[in-house]
Amino acid sequence: MSKAFFIDTTLCTACRGCQVACKQWHNLPAEKTTNKGTFQNPADLSFDTYKLVRMREEIIGGKLRWLFFPEQCRHCLEPPCRDTAGEPTAIYTDKETGAVLYTANTKGLDVKEITEACPYNIPRASDDGTLAKCDMCIDRVQNGLLPACVKTCPSGAMNFGDREAMLEMAKKRLKEVQAKFPKASLLDPDNVSVIYLTAFDPKIYHEFSVASRHSPGITRQVALKKMASPIARFIRALG
Amino acid sequence: MTNHWIDVKNADVILIMGSNAAENHPISFRWITEAQKNGSTLISVDPRFTRSSSKADIYAPLRSGTDIAFLGGMIKYILENKLYFKEYVVNYTNASFIVNDAFGFSDGLFTGYDEKKRSYDKSKWAFETDEKGIPKKDPSLKHPRCVFTLLKKHYDRYTLKRVSDVTGTTESQLLEVYKAYSATGKPDKAATIMYAMGWTQHTVGVQYIRAMCMIQLLLGNMGIAGGGVNAMRGESNVQGSTDHALLFHILPGYLPTPAASIPSLAVYNEKNTPKSGDPRSANWWQNRPKYITSFLKSVFGDKATAENDFGYNWLPKIDDGKPYSWLDLFDAMYDGKIKGLFAWGMNPACSGANANKTRKAMAKLDWMVNVNLFDNETGSFWRGPGMDPANIKTEVFMLPACVSVEKEGSITNSGRWMQWRYEGPKPLGNSRPDGDIIMELGLKLKELYAKGGVFPDAIANLKWDYLTNHKYDPHKVAKEINGYWLKDKTIGEVTYKAGSLVPSFALLQADGSTSSGNWLYTASYTDKGNMAARRGQEDAPNKIGLYPGFAWCWPVNRRIIYNRASCNPKGQPYNEKRWVVKWDAEGKKWVGDVPDGPWPPMQNPDGSQREDGRYAFIMVKEGHAQIYGPGLNDGPFPEHYEPLECPIEKNLFGKQRINPAAPVYSADVDAFATCDARFPFVATTFRLSEHWQTGLMTRPQPWLLELQPQMFVEISEELAKLKGFKNGERVKVSSARGSVECTTIVTKRFKPFKISGTVVHEVGVPWHFGWRWPESGKEESANLLTPSTGDPNTRIPESKAFMVNVAKI
Repeated sequence: MSKAFFIDTTLCTACRGCQVACKQWHNLPAEKTTNKGTFQNPADLSFDTYKLVRMREEIIGGKLRWLFFPEQCRHCLEPPCRDTAGEPTAIYTDKETGAVLYTANTKGLDVKEITEACPYNIPRASDDGTLAKCDMCIDRVQNGLLPACVKTCPSGAMNFGDREAMLEMAKKRLKEVQAKFPKASLLDPDNVSVIYLTAFDPKIYHEFSVASRHSPGITRQVALKKMASPIARFIRALG
Repeated sequence: MTNHWIDVKNADVILIMGSNAAENHPISFRWITEAQKNGSTLISVDPRFTRSSSKADIYAPLRSGTDIAFLGGMIKYILENKLYFKEYVVNYTNASFIVNDAFGFSDGLFTGYDEKKRSYDKSKWAFETDEKGIPKKDPSLKHPRCVFTLLKKHYDRYTLKRVSDVTGTTESQLLEVYKAYSATGKPDKAATIMYAMGWTQHTVGVQYIRAMCMIQLLLGNMGIAGGGVNAMRGESNVQGSTDHALLFHILPGYLPTPAASIPSLAVYNEKNTPKSGDPRSANWWQNRPKYITSFLKSVFGDKATAENDFGYNWLPKIDDGKPYSWLDLFDAMYDGKIKGLFAWGMNPACSGANANKTRKAMAKLDWMVNVNLFDNETGSFWRGPGMDPANIKTEVFMLPACVSVEKEGSITNSGRWMQWRYEGPKPLGNSRPDGDIIMELGLKLKELYAKGGVFPDAIANLKWDYLTNHKYDPHKVAKEINGYWLKDKTIGEVTYKAGSLVPSFALLQADGSTSSGNWLYTASYTDKGNMAARRGQEDAPNKIGLYPGFAWCWPVNRRIIYNRASCNPKGQPYNEKRWVVKWDAEGKKWVGDVPDGPWPPMQNPDGSQREDGRYAFIMVKEGHAQIYGPGLNDGPFPEHYEPLECPIEKNLFGKQRINPAAPVYSADVDAFATCDARFPFVATTFRLSEHWQTGLMTRPQPWLLELQPQMFVEISEELAKLKGFKNGERVKVSSARGSVECTTIVTKRFKPFKISGTVVHEVGVPWHFGWRWPESGKEESANLLTPSTGDPNTRIPESKAFMVNVAKI
């Protein structure tokens, strides 16, 4: 059964345990950072940082709000990155969990094309052009464990389970939250496996909190790619 | 904590003040979150808007060092609007007690002050008593000298306007907090306070906590589910180390350290055992002779006999009235009076106030033994900034200790839960468990003292037999702490065999027939096994999250202390939905949590008094919780005093600017600057979730350093504009004692305060840094800035409110 995250940002305290747990499980190196006048660090996602708690200070309705957005790949149900790549040995969806997975073969892909295809601005490339992002801790999940970020979360902001259960949890929680925050919403719940709940307009949290240009079908670029890919593979096979 | 972590979920209102639970006790937010989901209100009061504030329903800022003004205003609000829980106040607190006419208060001073000694004669604050020594009471609370009347009078001065002028909190913000919190003065409502070092590290720290206790008592919030006064400890085993006497003034189990003037055990017991003439007061400390004798038997074994006072005179004594706290020890070291130092699991070069003084003091030592996981700023102080190794003679020895997961033993968490932990991986390299190191050190000392030395008896007679197969055995120590029967003893119909473990501290004896390393822990390791190792998952019948079969909690597994006060005098709970204990009249016993003693409630079901009942607050001599506290060094009621370093010339509450009993040190490095144009900004220190204590375990950890790589200073947008600071630029923060380079975080989360019509800016610095890591050596300790002064009761340094300047580099 496909899996999903439910991330309730109203409960996130930005302790950033998730950010560290992600690095620990994937054995990713620390980045050499400096303080740039904010707690948020590193400044952005990178080839070595799959999970980042974004922080913003905003005055909303006359009240100061410190907004936290624990960002990661949304594992789209119809991932434009996968369809753009058209190369199942590089980017594929794990049938059992719905995890969108990148392999070392992403090295041969067009970095710009893939990153621009992502409506959430997630994939990041190394110097040699290999792409990386959150892998849903697929090795943990396949062995019956929670993803590292969910396991470590102390407040209940990070949740993980069967998609139906997560959707139900998200909808129930949305109702509770709306009593206090009428503008609360679930972000793109029908299109992604990482469902966020925000108390305010999601755009205030982060530029790419909701899909920048989501279409129910596929973009022209992806359609072309899909048409072209069997030919491309055929030509490669000939070579 | 009077309550415990899980219990936070039972609160209707949660006040986070003097702490920052989201960042410093992250797991507590699991329970705060649960409470909020159930509709409770979260209040955050903090000089700066923190990650805790981000989750709060109500946020109110206040200037650091003004919490008594803030809370005093709340006391006035509760009294004026009659929001207190009157039945509780009359029955369970000393509000009705009549105070001697020698008590008085004027111009910021209580009666009995001696200016030269900077201390009070506390006998002036005593209660008026009858011929049996029992305080006289007026249950109508109308007597002109009863505590309740004096309380009203004392806080009458804490008007909204004056409180606002001092704290910088606006009147409407004050009212919002007061209203929400005091709504819990009803029998079926509960509010909890979660505090930490933001309250303790002040010259008036103890009185902050007193003020909150008084509020909790007025509202009937002590002893109930979702209530209490809850100290969140700064490290996983701070509670355990306090219970086992980390501090100079106590022996394990909160027994006073013997003073030089007390020559015998009989005199010790006479001076330290409270006597009550009231048969209905349990006066639990009347048992102290049993606890001290059992302790001596535990320490000295067979060598302790009735003839030699159970070895009482082998215990170290303190000079009468002389403090031996952190501040005092480093002051004496700076003065050249201390020659050797064991820095054990600590990093004084970064952790103590006025770190420059601490570092210079260490240069006067002959030797230092640094027991820690890694080398730190303390072990390497001689090659630190400003030091010339050629001129420092201190010899430093490093003993590598293994980390907590590599050893077996227990920790006691903030909720008083003793939890057993097992050894995971084996200790790395030559590192060893602390217990091993202490054992070997003791054995070596015994060997050396056997050959002679000054007063060898104290060491030579130590029992010191906690080895198994030549190694420290944590089970032997845990059993020793619990205590043994040393002789066969029959009590009632039960015979206890010599060599068996004592099942409860109620059975400890003063005749030498029992031992106990710490009476509070008797019942933790019995013939039924290691109670701390239990992992039971079942809740108690009242379903309030007590989980009595999980780990073990002192005293006697009581999860919520003072729980008799959760019931009316007939022993029936004020709140049926979240009851803690209740009296089962048929079964003639209490059910629910372990009650505060077995005695029946004060009244029969028909309301008639029971002679065999006991008052609810069994640890207080009079059996009543103390709204009036005549035992503290700085007054029976909390009074607002300014921090030692403050931005205003005059205390708006009285002529005394600072706490008249606060310790002041006078070495050349103890400089202070109040209302000094060179240091115009209020400063405070704080912790981050990304680092731990002085950072020894976190700064060398790249993943954590990635999150918080540099020392920084939080500054309001207004102050940044005033001084022309950009966000993220390096600046110098300096006080009268030292300076630290910081990166600016210009933030909306700090706002200037309006204090008496003047704009006062405050800045904040985290204290986790030190020059050893990161490798640049430029990220230094905030304690280079903090002053050597502290609370007159605990002598905890005032690191949370002082004055600084911030300047471009």
